Amino acid sequence: MRRVLALLGLALGPVLVLGVFFVLPVAGMVARGFWPGGGFDPGGVLEVLTRPRTGRVVWFTVWSSAVATVVSVLLGLPAAYALHRLDLPLRRVVRAALLVPFVLPTVVVGVAFRQLLGEAGPLGGLGLDGTPVAIVAGLAFFNVAVVVRSVGAAWESLDPRPAEAAAALGASPAQVLRTVTLPALRPAVVSAASVVFLFCATSFGVVLTLGGLRYSSVETEIYLLTTNLLDLPAAAALSVVQLVAITALLALAARLRTVPDPTVARRTARPRAVRRSDWPQVAATLVLLLLVAAPIGTLVLGSLRVDDAWSLGNYRALQSTGDGALLVPVTEALVTSLRTAVDATWMSLLLGLVVAVVVTRRSRTPAERRVRSVLDGFFMLPLGVSAVTLGFGFLITLDRPPLDLRDSGLLVPVAQALVALPLVVRTIVPVLAGVDDRQRQAAASLGAGPLRTLATVDLPVVWRPLLAAAGFAFAASLGEFGATSFLARDDRATVPVVIFRLIGSPGAMNYGMALAASVVLAATTAVVMLAVERLRVPSLGVL
Amino acid sequence: MRSVRALASVLLVGAIGTATTSCSLAGGDDEGDRERAAADEVVLVTHESFTLPDEVLAAFEEESGYRLEVRSAGDAGALTNRLVLTKDDPVGDVAFGIDNTFASRALDEGVVADTDVERPAGAGAYDLEGEGGDDLVPVDTGNVCVNVDDTWFRREGVEPPRSLEDLTEPAYRDLLVVPGATTSSPGLAFLLATVAEYGDEWPGYWERLVANGAKLVDGWSDAYQVDFTQGGGKGDRPVVVSYDSSPAFTVDGEGGTTTSALLDTCFRQVEYAGVLEGAANPEGGEELLEFLLTPEVQAALPDSMYVFPVRDDVDLPADWARFAQQPDAPYAVDPAEIAENRDTWLREWTDVTTR
Repeated sequence: MRRVLALLGLALGPVLVLGVFFVLPVAGMVARGFWPGGGFDPGGVLEVLTRPRTGRVVWFTVWSSAVATVVSVLLGLPAAYALHRLDLPLRRVVRAALLVPFVLPTVVVGVAFRQLLGEAGPLGGLGLDGTPVAIVAGLAFFNVAVVVRSVGAAWESLDPRPAEAAAALGASPAQVLRTVTLPALRPAVVSAASVVFLFCATSFGVVLTLGGLRYSSVETEIYLLTTNLLDLPAAAALSVVQLVAITALLALAARLRTVPDPTVARRTARPRAVRRSDWPQVAATLVLLLLVAAPIGTLVLGSLRVDDAWSLGNYRALQSTGDGALLVPVTEALVTSLRTAVDATWMSLLLGLVVAVVVTRRSRTPAERRVRSVLDGFFMLPLGVSAVTLGFGFLITLDRPPLDLRDSGLLVPVAQALVALPLVVRTIVPVLAGVDDRQRQAAASLGAGPLRTLATVDLPVVWRPLLAAAGFAFAASLGEFGATSFLARDDRATVPVVIFRLIGSPGAMNYGMALAASVVLAATTAVVMLAVERLRVPSLGVL
Repeated sequence: MRSVRALASVLLVGAIGTATTSCSLAGGDDEGDRERAAADEVVLVTHESFTLPDEVLAAFEEESGYRLEVRSAGDAGALTNRLVLTKDDPVGDVAFGIDNTFASRALDEGVVADTDVERPAGAGAYDLEGEGGDDLVPVDTGNVCVNVDDTWFRREGVEPPRSLEDLTEPAYRDLLVVPGATTSSPGLAFLLATVAEYGDEWPGYWERLVANGAKLVDGWSDAYQVDFTQGGGKGDRPVVVSYDSSPAFTVDGEGGTTTSALLDTCFRQVEYAGVLEGAANPEGGEELLEFLLTPEVQAALPDSMYVFPVRDDVDLPADWARFAQQPDAPYAVDPAEIAENRDTWLREWTDVTTR
């Protein structure tokens, strides 16, 4: 009982944060749907569920996200291996580059994809513009980095000895992969896949731009119902459907990722030289790199054209406010973005670490285990709620003391931290869960206090994934658009918000600036990621 | 030993993080500023396209003595719905950017407070009819019109279309791109233009339009910047739904423009501003309304927000005066009728176009 209390005490901080900044606003919006005009009237909500359109929208969301998740995992796994276990030249650069799509604002990627796939584009002959194939490709483009990074981090800290033993006993590489490596990686793969699925299922811009209005997902439908039709009962109905579906998915994922034998030895494989047998993985990585580079290449080329000639004019213009389209220059927005991202990163790391420690400690009773798994799922929920619901919810619930936060400058980093939190938790938890609890017990019996145990047993295993998580959180924050566009104050606009405004304004100048700003955002991310990668160099030889 | 090194690196990262953070949190927020009394500031709630030159905004602060704070998000629809949702505790003092397609919802929901603002020359013509209509002050206007790429039609030797009906002719097959009515405000305006022209028969018109290869995309930037032949991305469709001011942005540097707006296909949008019911600073709000109608703001509108001033006594920028022609008799639909039917029309439109 005392353990459960201690557990709840530790979880109290993150739970409070999530309660105020997530549960309260979302509940506020859903309540408006169930109590239209003051009286409880669930009839309107139920009626929405029987509309044929609702069924179509839900079905499209499920299958397109599922296909995109499978594609992301299939493309991501070989690259995770090649980039984290093999001593490839430039692998750090490639790893950083693969994270770039993750931060690009969807509106820009939509434009880049459509220039590539559109009737006039180089791939126009394929006739993919406005088809589900384009949507799936766009979703995979955004999310493959999640698979590469989180599975890669786990692969890296995977003890290579069992696989070597299997190989020494005569197992073929395929057998080793199937019987030793994949089972050990399963928690990480399932974690990554469930995050990717959630990102896909709640993706807004990709479906809207690439689907050519013919396809609606739950997320675009909620946006339309809320901002255009003000049909709050219908929006509430879909929000509830979304939440229920995501809770079910999380429960399923939790079952799938349970580790058969939770013993991760603290030994990290040194990346080894590329052998002939590694060529398929290396080739697959190159293909992935090409796929990711194509839309980005379109952006870079476009940003270097002014009046049909090569020029850096678009980049020079970033110090200005465009043709009057902006209130602050792009350079200033970049500073705001970086500051906000730093805040969001430490917030999500702090929350994420506490959550991860809480949910991975060994449970002594079934009740305790249940509490832990409920908490685990609870912190994934922010991924499953529409940004517009959250944005409007902030406005109507956080408006009176003691929670008068509507105008607080903290709102944006907190919202972004919540978006990044599931990524952080899902990156750290599989690794922490793999630590044999007996190691902690041994440390404790040798006289180490809880903090000392944490430092000597958990930290050495978790610090790599922690850095990976920091990278994710930073990138997610830099690229976040949905909630930020709702909450950011005009004098504190972030780069994605600014890009969105530029691309929505007439004039070749504004268009060129939007492309240039996207390239700068992409480059900034790549540089930050490289820095994160470099940070781990000094201790690589020791660990 | 290993773990000590590892711990050290984690601490290092943490330290760097904290160092950058402390400057970001400390330098990033001026919480102290917000302590000042609400009476000293005016909060303007608006949509994401709102901008005015710095010196104009500074002039307001100078003349009135109020500090001006601008909060923007979403388009005209999102703005109006945000005001409706927060009407018990408004997010600001003044709203700008409610247009004639959403004005009735704002008025019906009692979002706007009574005001008495004198209209300058020409502005009165844009006033809303009906009870409380004069509480919303017209600030700017613009028309959503079909635009054509003149260079393309000259090169192909084809006569450009002139009317809505022309767009369904086989000669213009696969040439038109339209932003969606459900997802963009020019798209909604274009839908209303067809409602004004065809009455109850408009779904039939859209069926013919779609059958003639009209391409639907999600927003203005997608239609104009990606698919239009004269947009940023050089697409391959020479006919697009855009604004009457768009030709002023495609000047060819040789004294001409490469596109023109079809003035018989236009729907007029008017943007209004009003003091919010329950505002903390209604007097300051009213001063801001009056300021929005001054010649200096009105003259800055074209370059800042790509719209025409409602005053008829301010000069337009040179390119505008030459290339941005306004239609004499644009299509119009009564705001009350829009309010009543908008949702039905949008659902019907979705059914017709995504069949």
